[in-house]
Amino acid sequence: MFLINCPYCGERDQQEFKAGGEAHIERPKQPTELSDDEWAEYLFMRKNIKGVQFERWNHAHGCRKWFNMVRDTSNDQIKAIYKMGEKPPSQ
Amino acid sequence: MSQNLRVKSSEFIDETHRISFKFDGKTYYGFKGDTLASALIANNVHLVGRSFKYHRPRGIMTSGSEEPNAIVQINPNSNITEPNARATEIEIYEGLEASSQNCWPSVNFDIGGINNFLAPLLPAGFYYKTFMWPKSFWEKYEFFIRYSAGLGKSPTNRDPDIYDHRNIHCDVLVVGAGISGILAAKNAAKNNFKTLLLEEKNELGGSTIFETNEENKINNKLASEWLKKEISELKNIKNLEIKTRTSVAAYHQYNYLLARENLTDHLEKKDKKDKIRQRLLKIRAKKVILATGALERPLIFNNNDRPGIILSSAIKKYNNFYGVACGTKTIFFTNNDSAYESALALHNKGLNVKAIIDIRENSNSRIIKKINDAGIKIYWSHSIVDTTGYKRLSSVSIMKLSNDGTSVTGSKISISCDCLGIAGGWTPAVHLYTQSGNKLTFDEERKIFIPKTNTAEQISVGSCAGDFELDEIIKNLNYKLKIFLNINNSDFEDIAIENDHDTSKRNIWLLPSDKPIGKTKPFVDYQNDATAKDIKLALREGFRSIEHVKRYTTTGMGTDQGKLGNMHALGIIADTAGVKMGELGTTTFRPPYTPLTFGTIVGRNVGEFFDTFRRTPMNDWHVKNKAKFENVGQWKRAWYYPINGETMHQAVQRESKAARQSAGILDASTLGKIDIQGSDATEFLNRVYTNAWSKLAIGKCRYGLMLNEDGMVYDDGVTTRLGENHYIMTTTTGGAANVLGKLEDYLQTEWPELDVYLTSVTDHFATASLCGPNSKKILNKIIPELNLSDDNFPHMSFKEVLIDKIKCRVMRISFTGELSYEINTPASYGEAVWQKCIEAGKEFDITPYGTETMHLLRAEKGFIIVGQDTDGTMTPIDLQMDWIVSKKKYDFIGKRSLYRSDTMKENRKQLVGLLTEDPNIVLEEGAQIVSELNQKPVEMLGHVTSSYFSPNLNKSIALAVVKDGKNMKGKKLFIPMENKNISVTVSNTIFYDEENKRINV
Ligand SMILES: [Zn+2]
Repeated sequence: MFLINCPYCGERDQQEFKAGGEAHIERPKQPTELSDDEWAEYLFMRKNIKGVQFERWNHAHGCRKWFNMVRDTSNDQIKAIYKMGEKPPSQ
Repeated sequence: MSQNLRVKSSEFIDETHRISFKFDGKTYYGFKGDTLASALIANNVHLVGRSFKYHRPRGIMTSGSEEPNAIVQINPNSNITEPNARATEIEIYEGLEASSQNCWPSVNFDIGGINNFLAPLLPAGFYYKTFMWPKSFWEKYEFFIRYSAGLGKSPTNRDPDIYDHRNIHCDVLVVGAGISGILAAKNAAKNNFKTLLLEEKNELGGSTIFETNEENKINNKLASEWLKKEISELKNIKNLEIKTRTSVAAYHQYNYLLARENLTDHLEKKDKKDKIRQRLLKIRAKKVILATGALERPLIFNNNDRPGIILSSAIKKYNNFYGVACGTKTIFFTNNDSAYESALALHNKGLNVKAIIDIRENSNSRIIKKINDAGIKIYWSHSIVDTTGYKRLSSVSIMKLSNDGTSVTGSKISISCDCLGIAGGWTPAVHLYTQSGNKLTFDEERKIFIPKTNTAEQISVGSCAGDFELDEIIKNLNYKLKIFLNINNSDFEDIAIENDHDTSKRNIWLLPSDKPIGKTKPFVDYQNDATAKDIKLALREGFRSIEHVKRYTTTGMGTDQGKLGNMHALGIIADTAGVKMGELGTTTFRPPYTPLTFGTIVGRNVGEFFDTFRRTPMNDWHVKNKAKFENVGQWKRAWYYPINGETMHQAVQRESKAARQSAGILDASTLGKIDIQGSDATEFLNRVYTNAWSKLAIGKCRYGLMLNEDGMVYDDGVTTRLGENHYIMTTTTGGAANVLGKLEDYLQTEWPELDVYLTSVTDHFATASLCGPNSKKILNKIIPELNLSDDNFPHMSFKEVLIDKIKCRVMRISFTGELSYEINTPASYGEAVWQKCIEAGKEFDITPYGTETMHLLRAEKGFIIVGQDTDGTMTPIDLQMDWIVSKKKYDFIGKRSLYRSDTMKENRKQLVGLLTEDPNIVLEEGAQIVSELNQKPVEMLGHVTSSYFSPNLNKSIALAVVKDGKNMKGKKLFIPMENKNISVTVSNTIFYDEENKRINV
């Protein structure tokens, strides 16, 4: 059970949060211009890294804000948390 | 033979307080302070159970939670009986009843015991090999296995006890109150850390508290005496909370631990009443100190499982702590010094210790001299090769060990005895440490797994960290605490410690016998009857991974989770396969450390609190009018309203007719409602729905279909434009929360530039849906000032009105195909307005109808229900709803996916109508559809999604998804059922009023 430092509310128990998959996958601005393969890349392909991964999380039972998290999936260490739209910390 | 095995009184036992209890139907007596195990031993009862596979007689083997054999059923004759309790942990109380498990008909005469003689037929993987073949025999095997094996009986009645949960936040959590835990907790609390100390037993002090070895001293006192004084001072320390009878079950990430606090199990019945039985502590600790101690290892030799064979440390605890002798003629068998302490403790209480058999060649400890002085014979370099005694140990045979320890030589000596203490060294209890996610390291020298790391959030101290000797424990504890707590001084830096030092140990995982291994029974896992032989067989059969060997032989898979034998299993695998133990790794220790009751896990969330229900403002009216309810998401929705003993079918047929012929009323309050405001609200709707919203006038309503980005239908509902920048969106009942979440996600992450605000208002409004040709007349009675003409208030439009001065929203929309109005009132007026509708509708025989009738009516019209007629694989095109997908809009969620090669395929499953050849046959929802009955293999074309008998059409109707269904209109298909094949014809999805005339009647 993680202890997650919501950038808007502070430290809260994991059960207040919802994980939202890989971060920094931007929805294409002009989907109709994309080939099937390019669209599939956006739609389906995820890295699912063992190690340091950039993820989206939502404080669903709190402020309902989305934010980003850098987590090492091999040991569940949360390396960094930052707001949507902010630059990811350099590795 | 009662009480004849009590030795000199013990300060931990209150002999003035006699307690009677029953075991296997017989009454015995013990004293306050006894466990069931110590009281039974005092009564000379050792045979307490049968092993799982061979049903061999088994006795009490330990004094703690690692007990594999003494597993009992509490209150065996009650319908609230509890299985799998460990006799070593049950504190006796007046009236306690317990019985052996896993034996039939009784522990003394057990039919399954015959398996013991069939043992050659029950090798490793026996269950896999035998019971899987032939498959058809499984039922027969199962009957036999369940009858004679099985671990205890489940209760048949609901648990009457009260359980509780508590959240705890602390600076420092100390797990285990042995000497290390106590000193750590004291240091932490004195340095102003809010400290919580947990101990699974009912007393503090661990094994030090009953230590009588005079060779080990602290400040010139017996270690036990010194520790008692430390403990007596604990109560004066603020910042320190101590909980005994509290076992940590799980250690999760970020120092989140779950512990079970046992509050009343040790009390007699009258004192348990109305009290909380157990409490689950949910602990979030800034720092955790693990002081979980170590478990003594058995030794693995031929027939090492007879009643009377007990861990050496347990014999010492029974003797020193409970004042109970485990036997009258005791032998110890050891590979290290600790058995000598036990032997001396027994000797000092006047008990007969016949011999000590030591596999080592010698030891330099001072305690050896005392043993010699006591006249106890020591057999150096000897090993036990066999034992005798069926229901109780009667003798052991010993032989000289070869130098390399792999064989025995010389002549066999037989020594009679009724108790054998075995001492195989110590295994640090690292279970919680590994649960926390940290890694172990293997100390090849000492053959133990120890914690690899201490972090800023967690340390291990004492014997769970591999420190077994007093001076080591204190020195390392002081050092670690200063760093961990960032303090200058530990309280215990200036204490003088005297230690008898010979830590030599000779480790032989599997002790040799004079017989070939095939003819021996060296048990590694007592509860599951896995022997060293089974492990070797598994290796011969090609198993290599420790996890596979474990499952194949069932080693370590009992209720004790292999606390005793796991290390030996690893050692035997390593020796046999010729690999290093450190490279082999260990199996994963999973929570819980000791079993938890379901009651503790669920706490107060039982009965009506098991799940939360949402009820509409009109709920009381539905109840009063005898509605049957169905669960939709968390909601309790009125399902149908039977009158005069109607069946569901009869009620639904009546309600459905009434709604089309005169007037019906439905509680639609549960539909999700999202208030959308902001200058970009219209643009937002354009992006989230498939159709266009720019031209929707204020006061008008529109149906919308929402897709996932993959093009599949996600939700639907009607959205009304309340103002220039103000909409109210409705969603499906079950989808409301997810739709809101999805919309918020897009707004926050993809389109933060849009000026849009979303608010869930589902609970703020109650919705009464009036429907049927007379609904207009009824509404007119309620709101006479509202002009209900089609010109002023056409279909798909909205009016804000006052009903008794209460502001209400009325939408003229229809999910049934009839003329229909939805009246939305502030939730608190919901029931009043509903009442008004019922009163006004009386002259038209207004009929309340539930969700079942709603489903039937919409199916007559071919309206889909998302989640019933769709399943996450249907596009709007598949649903034949091409009309709702805007071709002009540049983009909306899911648009691009509608042009993927796969979604554009012609022969996808598509929504169609089905009519049965025999109009009286109603299809089963979920039934499969085929075109050919004789073709093999049969190709499944699709399945029935909705099916009803329509009273308004007087025939059966169904919706279905069928491969290439679009092109099948008029085609005959078949629904093969168990006893018959049903012929159907593919039809249009709209069965009733195809011209949509009824919305304007
Ligand atoms: Zn938050």
